[in-house]
This record gives sequence, C-alpha cells and structure tokens, in this order.
Amino acid sequence: MRPFGYAAPATVEQAVGLLAAEGSEALAGGTDLLSLLKDDVERVDRLVALRGVAGLSGIELDGGRLRVGAMTTLQELRDHEDAIEALPALAVAIDGVASAQLREMGTVGGDLLQRPRCWYYRRGFGLLALTADGRSMAAEGDNRYHAIFPAGEARFVNPSSLAPLLVALGAEAVVHGPAGERRLPVEALYRAPLSPGERENTLAPGELLAGVEANVDGSRSAVYEVRQRRSLDWPLMAAAVTLTGSGPRAEKARIVLGHAAPTPHVASAAGDLLSGQELTSETVAAAANAAVEDARPMSGNRYKVQLARTAVRRALGHAAGMEI
Amino acid sequence: MADYSWPEADRRAQIGARPARLDGPVKSTGFAKYPSDQNPDGLLAAKILTCPHAHARIVGIDTSAAEAMPGVRVVHVIQGEGSEIQWAGDEVAAVAAVTEDLARDALRAIRVDYEVLPHFVTEEDRDGAPGARPAGERAEGDPDAAFATAHRAVERTLGMPQMAHMCLEPHGQVCSWDGDELEVHASTQAVSTLAGQFATELGLPASQVRIRTEYMGGGFGSKFSPDRWGIVGAELARKAGAPVKLFLERDQEVTVAGSRPSAFARIRAAADERGKLVAWDSDSWGSGGLPGTGQTPLPYVFSRLPNRRTRHTSVPTNLAGSRAWRAPNHPQACFLTMAVLDDLADELGLDPIDFLERNLDLTGRPDTYREQLAIAAEMASWKERWQPRGREREGALQRGLGVSVHTWGGRGHSSNCDVTVHPDGAVEARIGSQDIGTGTRTIVAQVLAETFGLELHQVRVSLGDNVYPQSGPSGGSSTVGGVTASTRRAAQDALREVLVHVAPRLEAEPEQLVAGGGRVFVDGDSSRGMSWREAAAQIGGAPISVQGRNPGPGRLISSGVGGVQIAEVEVDVDTGVVHVERMIAVQDCGLIINRRLAESQVYGGLIMGVGYALYEEWIPDPVSGRLLNADMEFYKLAGLVDVGSLEVHMMTGPGYDERGVIGLGEPPVISPGAAISNAVANAIGVRVPYLPLTPDRVLDALAGRGEPA
Repeated sequence: MRPFGYAAPATVEQAVGLLAAEGSEALAGGTDLLSLLKDDVERVDRLVALRGVAGLSGIELDGGRLRVGAMTTLQELRDHEDAIEALPALAVAIDGVASAQLREMGTVGGDLLQRPRCWYYRRGFGLLALTADGRSMAAEGDNRYHAIFPAGEARFVNPSSLAPLLVALGAEAVVHGPAGERRLPVEALYRAPLSPGERENTLAPGELLAGVEANVDGSRSAVYEVRQRRSLDWPLMAAAVTLTGSGPRAEKARIVLGHAAPTPHVASAAGDLLSGQELTSETVAAAANAAVEDARPMSGNRYKVQLARTAVRRALGHAAGMEI
Repeated sequence: MADYSWPEADRRAQIGARPARLDGPVKSTGFAKYPSDQNPDGLLAAKILTCPHAHARIVGIDTSAAEAMPGVRVVHVIQGEGSEIQWAGDEVAAVAAVTEDLARDALRAIRVDYEVLPHFVTEEDRDGAPGARPAGERAEGDPDAAFATAHRAVERTLGMPQMAHMCLEPHGQVCSWDGDELEVHASTQAVSTLAGQFATELGLPASQVRIRTEYMGGGFGSKFSPDRWGIVGAELARKAGAPVKLFLERDQEVTVAGSRPSAFARIRAAADERGKLVAWDSDSWGSGGLPGTGQTPLPYVFSRLPNRRTRHTSVPTNLAGSRAWRAPNHPQACFLTMAVLDDLADELGLDPIDFLERNLDLTGRPDTYREQLAIAAEMASWKERWQPRGREREGALQRGLGVSVHTWGGRGHSSNCDVTVHPDGAVEARIGSQDIGTGTRTIVAQVLAETFGLELHQVRVSLGDNVYPQSGPSGGSSTVGGVTASTRRAAQDALREVLVHVAPRLEAEPEQLVAGGGRVFVDGDSSRGMSWREAAAQIGGAPISVQGRNPGPGRLISSGVGGVQIAEVEVDVDTGVVHVERMIAVQDCGLIINRRLAESQVYGGLIMGVGYALYEEWIPDPVSGRLLNADMEFYKLAGLVDVGSLEVHMMTGPGYDERGVIGLGEPPVISPGAAISNAVANAIGVRVPYLPLTPDRVLDALAGRGEPA
C-alpha cells in the first residue's frame, strides 16, 4: 500500500481546510476507499477522517422534514423507527445494501458518494476506461453491468442505494466548503465525467457532504431493485418513485433509475406522463416504456432496458399500493 | 488367505452411522491450523508479480528498485527478458519481504516492459478462433439414415463457459528449510505425491522433502501439484534463509489457479414413434485455456445410443490452462445431453421421466436409474405437479420441474495404512492421505473403531503428512474407497494378531473371537471375554503394527454409480431472475461409511451445482484479455438463501451395500446444471441455451433470441 498521511479533524472547518489541499480525500466508513487504495486504483496523499468531526451524524425528523447527517451509518438510519415509518422505502433501499457489516460501517454520505463498481475502473483502466487510441473499453468489451444511458464516454453506473430515492423525493444535499454552506438538489451532486481524471461528483476541493434533507410528508415513495441473487449482490437495476397526492391519481410523479446511468437517472418523461393521471396498469406500463424510450444500450446490456421497465412498473405499483 | 470384508448389517456399530466429523469443533472454533495459518518464527511473506496482458513478450525487466527497498529480502525473476507470455496473470517475478504489504509494494517497484501481442479469449466464437483444431471424430451406425427416417428430431446449440474453482483457501504453501531438508505446509490434495514433484524441480532427493497438510480449504481438483508458486516459494525460502509464506491473491486464485473447461455444441437428436432414441449428431467445441480441451463424452449416460456421430474441436485461448474440476467433463456432457433429450421429450409430447425410462437400456445402469427415477419422482410429487411446457400461470412468476441423470466411477485409489495396537489398548492409524474437507479423517476413524469394537474417541488417526504410508491423491472420488480398504485390511490383520494372544486365555481358537462393545469375546457367548484393554495387554511389551494395502476392487470396494436429480425453479419472466426452490438428489455410492458425511457431500455438490447453473462464469474481456470478474464481487457464488431446499436420498441396503465402498465426492455435482436448465425450460416454455442462467440469457430466450446467429 502506498504511504499516505492521515488527519482526524474535530470540526467541519478543520476538515474543510484539510480537504482543500490537493491529494486529500475524505474517509467516511472506509468500506470501499481502503480497498481502492490497497488495489492501487486510487492514490491519495492524505486521508481526512470524518468520523470524529462534530455535527456530521444524526437523524432528525421535524414537521415532515427528515435530516440525516452524512456520517450516520446506514444501520443507524435503518434502526430509526420514526424515519422508517415516515419513509418506508428507505428500509428497502438500505436492506438492499449487502452485507450487515457494510450497513454497520458504511455511512449515508459514503453510499451517496461511493465510487463506481465498473470492472474496468476497478482494474485500473480509469473511470472512462479508454484504450490508448481513445476507444471505450466498456463499449467494445463486456458491458453487461454497464449503463443503458451512457453519457459521452462515461459508461459506468452510479451504484448508490440511497440516491435514486433521495432524488425522487427531491432531497437536498447540504455541502460545507471554504465559502461556508451551500445546498443543492441531491441529483446535482452527480455528473458524468467528460475527461479522464474528472470525478463523477460535483464537490469542489475542500467541500464535504454534511448531510441530506427531504420532505417526507404528503407523498408516497417506493424502491424496487432487481437483483440476481438473494444473497450479497449488487442490483442489476433499481427504480425509485415518489408520488404526491393521495388516492389513485398522482398529482406529480418522480421516477429515478439507479444502476442505469453514470448518475442517478431522472426519467422525467415518464414522470411527466403520469403526473395528474390515475395509476392504472395501462398508465403505469406507458410510464415504464417512457422511462426507457431514450435508452441506448450497448452490445451486452439490452436486457437492462427490460429490467428498468419492470423496476419502474413494480416501484409504481408498490408506491400506489396496487397490483401491477 | 485372510478374509477381508465389511461386517454384516446387523453387526455394524460404526459403518453407516452418522457421527459428526471429528474435526468439526476445531474447524468451527478456528483452532484448526490450515497451511495458510502456519506462521513459523522469522517468516517472510512472498507475493508474485503477474503479467497484465493476455499475450505479450517481455522486452525488459528491472528489479533494482525493488531490491533496494528496506525489508525486501529476495527478488526472483520467474520469466525474464524474451519470454513470451500467453495469458494475463502468468507469473513474471516474485518478492519475499518482511511483511505482505511490503512485498506488494516491492512488486509495484519492479519495472517490466512488454511488447503486447494479439490475443484471443472468447471461444464461443469458434470460427474466429485462430488456433482451433479438430480433436476427434467418431461415428457408429448410420446417423444420416436414422435421422432421415426418424419420427421426431430436435437441433440445439448449447453451451457453458469456463468457470473458476474459487477455493476459499487460495493455492499456496509455507516453505521452511533446515539445511538441505525442505518442509512444506501445502494446501494440497496430494500429500504423498507432492514431495517427489518438489524434489524433481528443486534437484533434491525426495526423501528430503516433507509435506504436511493437516487441514486445507478446498481444492475441487485444482490442487494436485506444487505449481510454479510452490517451487518459487521454496527457492525464495532457500535464498532468504528463512521460511516463506506464498499464497495467491484472490484475483490470481481466480485467474490462474483453476478453471473448468467450457463446452459448446450444436446437437441433433432423434427418436422413433415409441419414444426410443435412434440418432445423435453432435459438433462440439470448447476451451480449457491455452491447451484447448479434449472431447466431451457425448451422448452422456445414454452412451449406447445407436447411429451416432460426434465431432469435437479444441479451441485454445490466451487464458490459463484449465484443471480438473469436480467430475471433469461430466457436468458439461450432462448439460449438453440432458437438455437436448429434454427438448426431444417435449417435441415427442412425452413426460421427460417417461422418455428417460423408455431409453434406459441405452445406459450402463438401467435398473439403478429406474429405481432412482421412481424415488425422485415420488419425492418431487412429479406425477401430480409436472405440467408440459406452455401451460404458464398468471403473473410473472413461473414454476417448473426438470430432471437429469448422471454417472461416475469412484474406484478407490492406491492406499497404504499403518495400524498400530499398543499394549495399553491405544489404537492408531497413520496414512499418507489428506482430508480435503470431505471427512476422510472421520471415516478412517470409523473403520478403525468398527474393526476393534471401540468408540470413535478411543482411536486416533494421523494423516496429512508424507512420512506416513503412501496414499493416493484425493481426486476422482477415489479417496474413500482407497483409505477404507487399506485401513480395514490393516485393522483386521492387527486384530487377528491380538486375538492370537488372547485366545489361550479364553480357552478358544482365535477364529472364534470377535471384538465389539469395547470387549473381546467368544462369538455367541459374550460371557467368555475380557475388556479391550485387558485383551491388548496380552500382546506383550511391544505394540503390534501392521500395514494394509488396498489391492483394488474386491469385496471391500468397487466402482460405478448412478444418480438422479430433480430441480424445481421459479422464474420471474419480467426480469429473467431464476431462483432454485428445491433440489432433490437420489444417489447411490455402495456401502456408506458415514451417512451424515455422505449426505454432506451431496449437499455440497448441489450447492456448487446451483452455483454453476445460475451464477458462476469466467468473464474474459475481449479488449484487454483479462478476466473482468477475478474477485468475489462479480464472480458470483451461490449463497445460502440462493440454493433452495436440498433433499437427499441415499440408496443403501441390500443391492447396494454389498457392492462395497464407492466414491461420492463428484457425482452429485454433475446433474444440477442440466436439471435446473430443464426446470427453467419447463417453467418458461423455451430453452435457455447457455449456462449460467443469468437474467440476460433468460430474457433473450424469452424474446426468441436464444439461438446465436
């Protein structure tokens, strides 16, 4: 393992100062970053441990507003009965994180900002995995687990378990940086890198994710993940939906796909199609089709288009409490 | 001439019982020391640098930076400048250092320049394979005429990719030198033969090599030789003057330390109006990496099928050479054959069990299969629950049943065993065998205890060391037959010697005496007897030591088994996800020594079978030539919640027991791929032509895209 420095700040200000230095990287639960360092996929000059930083963990539910600190572990959130009661879909998303050990060590912020599982990236070929002459290895190689909505040369998928649900909810990310606090929609945390070396998130040097906030009242949400194995396995596809309004009619629908694109993929056409509509098997099927209308699968992942359709249909069914 | 035999059924105390494995407690508490747990004083850690290219020539290698690193003791070049590398993961250099992390750091400091050469790693594409070569063609009867007049025929292109052994304990060893004597704690399936192989490579007399394997974490056919990392480990230890531990990293374990050859085939099969098989034509190909692969035995089990033609093409790839994988060639041949027969039964409008029954005369064990098919069908409630294809239920979840049959040899290997009876009554066996997780230690103890009429805790078994009498490598399901025959013979001989000393005290002839229940007594009159301890005291001051040798098949052991399996699956037709609900295994293996361990072998076979049926495959990258899933994240093994309910029925009693002991490790892993594929076809009405049955393949088949262009 290459040598690196280690800092354990006590305050957000200290952490921000340390993270501003080039080569610094935030360490949350450490369930993945340490493996990336051992495998020499990522290199850092200094890890900035967030565990001891005051104010980064905790769960609050106040007047329908859920606030979760980034260093809250997934298990702490799963065990928070009020939060789960207010947003039952959280339980589905968290339970989907294999294994118990990862849920105990892994954090909400770590889940949202975890690095892609793309097997080219993990073998040291870089996030965009381009050959020496600029061709996409994923496009020409084996892409069975890759994006059906590639963005430029980015073909990996965002692996976060919580992001699709939070994006569907319209959650906000709270970010601290050298200039103080800023808030942005969770989907704005993500981007598809355009050039080698660019990251897949929008945090600037010195910035750290402090937490997320979402209104959990007055809407119905659901998550559906397609997984090959019932034991430890990544989803092949995930859909999160949020419906506002009660009864069979959805005032507004937000549909987000996970494991489908380099970022959580907002299927806005599908959501728009359902907004103001009564949910029936016909409208749900139409929305599921609309969600993948602009999909551009590669040589080996056409099946994921079908999985996306199914995941959307089933998530909508669960959210609306109907048999689809 | 001495008579060697197993006791009659009503006289068995140990044989056929179900004692727990003797080393269960030490394994489950972590006290068992595996080869990778050995940490002698002064131990150095070694790691191997591998080639990242599937085909390349080394044009330069510079180890000076690694050699200069503090804590690095030895840097050893395995393949130097000019070497041509034929697969990614091939070994280039090795480092021994004071810690594992330092050894890894030192590998990164070695600079290797490669000239990258073209590679080929995707053998499904036979036509695009540069080195494809004919590897056998056979014909019998007149297949063309038989097809022309047949009632019904099917043609399918089917296949299964290469997959890994994925031993939980990676390949490797700890080597220690004492002068010019080498001791190796090896994770091996071959304690008695490994020493000679190390000795030849290292230029030593074999008598100076000690091999020890008290426990080991899985081999499945991949751990029979020292391998390059074994020899390199010994060389590093010799150069460093310190013990060296060298175990493969997980990605190396998956990439170079064991894979099962792939098998693809275009097959035609035909039957007449009565549902009798009349013709077979198969054009198969496959790869076991660079060496290609030999012919798959087709048609499987129904090998007396008349009018058959088989052709095989070997396809070399730039991937590490395959190794024996639990029942070599059989799972592939079984899947290719049973899937085609299942489709033919459907074409004929026959229940597949009925179809198999009509053709059992084409197999080597018709009576066994007939009995087993009936039992398996009963266990599965087949008659009530089986439906022809195309009768799907409402909704996305479809259920199906599938059946398969298989065969195996399982003849005991050469084996020698020393049995010693001490004057204080202590009994021990020493045998140069190994317990690869199957329970060998326990069954040897049972044979000893049975023979001397003692309890398991009163006997001692020592194995896993080549100073003990030679016993064969654990492969081919040959161990149980080998070690029980040699142990039983040695024990019977040793007991007879004891009885000779005891007889005068009981005023009886030695032949009248028996041992049982902790006593030696006159058969039929237990009042004329004495305790075992007292009996042993009669032998005088010196122990009795006898060597037994397995002479081959006879009253104690034989070979040749049949098995039937039925799978029940649930398929989500909207996602292509397959879940195995239930596996039923009916298996014969002659006389069972330990019922619990025998069942455990079958459970293990079923679990591994679900793994390769649904999840496991090597995924080589056509672009880089590297395996993309040389890890435990995307190389998917079946977890406990994935395997469904496993139900095992062992064929025992009259008709089976008198065949003697037959090996069991391999047969139960042969049928799951076929049975599960057939169950999926039954559930969704269409054949998914490739294993593993992943969602993409299932959805492709459902969309009618199953046959490749």
